Amino acid sequence: MRAADALCEALKAEGVEHAFGIPGGANLPTYDALYDAEIAHIQTRHEQGAGHAAEGYAKASGRVGVAFATSGPGATNLVTAIADAMMDSVPTVFVTGQVRTELIGTDGFQEADVTGITMPIVKHSFLVTDPRQIPEYVHQAFHIASSGRPGPVLVDVPQDLSRAEIEYEPAEGPPDLPGYRPSTEGNIKQIRLAAKALANARRPVIYGGGGVINANASRELIEFVTSDKFPITLTVMGLGAFPSPHDQWLGMLGMHGTRTANYAMDSADLIVAVGARFDDRITGKLSEFAPRAKFVHIDVDPAEISKNIPAHIPIVGDAKDVLPKLTREYRALKADSSRLDDWWRQIRAWQAEYPLTYEDSVGSEIKPQFMVEAMYEATEGEAIITSDVGQHQMWAAQYYHFSRPRQWINSGGLGTMGFGLPAALGAKVARPDDTVVCLAGDGSLVMVCQELATAAVHDIPVKVFLMNNGYMGMVRQWQELFWDGRYKAVEMGPSPDWVKLADAFGWTGMRCDDKGELKDAMRSALGADGPVLLDVRVSKTENCFPMIPAGAAARDMVG
Amino acid sequence: MEAGTPEVVRLEDLEASRAFTGRKHILSLLVENKPGVLARIAGLFSRRGFNIDTLAVGPTEDPEISRITLTLDGAVHPIDQVTKQLHKLVNVIKIRDMEPDQTISREMALFRVQATVENRAEIMEFAEIFRAKIIDVSRRTMTIEVTGSNDKIDAFERMIRPHGLIEMARTGEVAIARSRPDQ
Repeated sequence: MRAADALCEALKAEGVEHAFGIPGGANLPTYDALYDAEIAHIQTRHEQGAGHAAEGYAKASGRVGVAFATSGPGATNLVTAIADAMMDSVPTVFVTGQVRTELIGTDGFQEADVTGITMPIVKHSFLVTDPRQIPEYVHQAFHIASSGRPGPVLVDVPQDLSRAEIEYEPAEGPPDLPGYRPSTEGNIKQIRLAAKALANARRPVIYGGGGVINANASRELIEFVTSDKFPITLTVMGLGAFPSPHDQWLGMLGMHGTRTANYAMDSADLIVAVGARFDDRITGKLSEFAPRAKFVHIDVDPAEISKNIPAHIPIVGDAKDVLPKLTREYRALKADSSRLDDWWRQIRAWQAEYPLTYEDSVGSEIKPQFMVEAMYEATEGEAIITSDVGQHQMWAAQYYHFSRPRQWINSGGLGTMGFGLPAALGAKVARPDDTVVCLAGDGSLVMVCQELATAAVHDIPVKVFLMNNGYMGMVRQWQELFWDGRYKAVEMGPSPDWVKLADAFGWTGMRCDDKGELKDAMRSALGADGPVLLDVRVSKTENCFPMIPAGAAARDMVG
Repeated sequence: MEAGTPEVVRLEDLEASRAFTGRKHILSLLVENKPGVLARIAGLFSRRGFNIDTLAVGPTEDPEISRITLTLDGAVHPIDQVTKQLHKLVNVIKIRDMEPDQTISREMALFRVQATVENRAEIMEFAEIFRAKIIDVSRRTMTIEVTGSNDKIDAFERMIRPHGLIEMARTGEVAIARSRPDQ
């Protein structure tokens, strides 16, 4: 068969039902094959949108997200999404067209060295040099993208090779890659050591991250944390892995985490990190991070262990494998739970003294935190929430209580403005029966607003709740706090008129600037057919607190 | 009680392993012989801020596999982190952090030096001491081939430099594990 058809057959053999992308000269054979293939294709309006949609699809479902782009500018437009998927370990496969083999290296029309450009931001990549490799590489790409620590894999396919005739039989079983053997089973002796350390810890904290969600190990995490009265905190990527609210839940940690979570890390004697990587947004000043703690570090990626913080008990393995063993070993020790009483007294004191709070407005003004609380109520805490990057993202993380994994979809590592809308489209395609709300920032949404057309044309009924403060709010906040209020290039001005823009794209546009009407407006947006954009005018200069200033220590939180 | 784990683990007794070893390391990598593999390794080193001292690439007994031997300073690089990052590259099959006392390593270097009538004899004497070979001669220069450990080549360079070192080319070290006597 034609290699492009074999590509589609291989995708189907990998279980692909949906893909996102845009055709162009170099990937015309792929699109010709898609004409007949039973893969639902969502034509986005920009390749970056296709990439983030594939990420949203993967994050919402746990399945591999797929995006197509043509050579040159099509492929370079994917770069932000690929980098984003790398930073957040999102299982994705990107298939790009490349110029004809004889043109490679000649600066041909729409030629770009995409495998070269993306080398630092992919888990792996393939440049096809023989048409028989096309389906073979697709199978390998899916295996690599979805196993071990997940990530993006790129397959670059020269146009002439995808038109060649080849023999193809779908591969059976995972491909054998001599240099790729991720270990998922934790060493039992190390696990036993960790259990015994925990049994002797008086101020332990469990610190979970996105790895728990990637490992589908939320149930196992809850089991472990509740095997004793262990306090738990999660990173922005881990939210939902442990249900909020919960008696043992300290809130998110890190730059905009709760004081309780950050103070607990600062005072802990033992920190058990699960699928988290001690990012600078968590640690603040590395040399002053958790100075009293010993570290158990559980991660499927050995390179994360002792990368930033030296681990005392490293455990390489998948959280789904390690956590049940750790729970079993810990239970067998029958540790005296009352040793944690003093610790909890301290934690309860912090919680009482430093609750997450804000000063609500007296009149009709909508505070952004209020908007998130209203959203929580209007969606009954059940919606899948995607977000862009900035203040609204942090407020969502603080005030929307995520109760299940894959409910909260955001760009944590790369911090990509404009992630929210296309990710919401992907999430809705993956989970059509769930309500999907994109909590957008006005600075972010305008960067990807062309994807409003994608939702309208493909009838993807997502809701966008736009937290509109007329600023790139987080940057404005930094200019206010750390750059003497010398505001530069952060004001968004009156353009666009979001209601008219929504209307122009075939969405229902709504506006709300009155606190008293907000919940009803949200409910009617959620109840309406089709995609709805609700432009919510919030306080313009509210700051997001509490906050660990960049490079400061956790105990020096402000606000 | 299971062997290998103490009965009681006191937190104050737990220690993390040190990041820096303080010595030179020779890493021997077996990699797939495919286009772009060297670029992936070089890219990894540059973006993680690792500095390679020497690098040698060549074929192995298996045509599908190449060997990359690289040396780097364990006083400034966390070697454990370097090898773990290298392991993440799908084309890297095997990495060996060579044990100094169980490793034979060699490097070859070519030196072109000024060789006048006055100092020619002395240079030849150095070459003799270092078991080096004179492989090319002109009226005013000599080209010398030296093979040996990295230290030996450094030493030869120090000896020859005062005579007027015109040009030097070094291969970087290659290494192989010593056989055990019973093998």
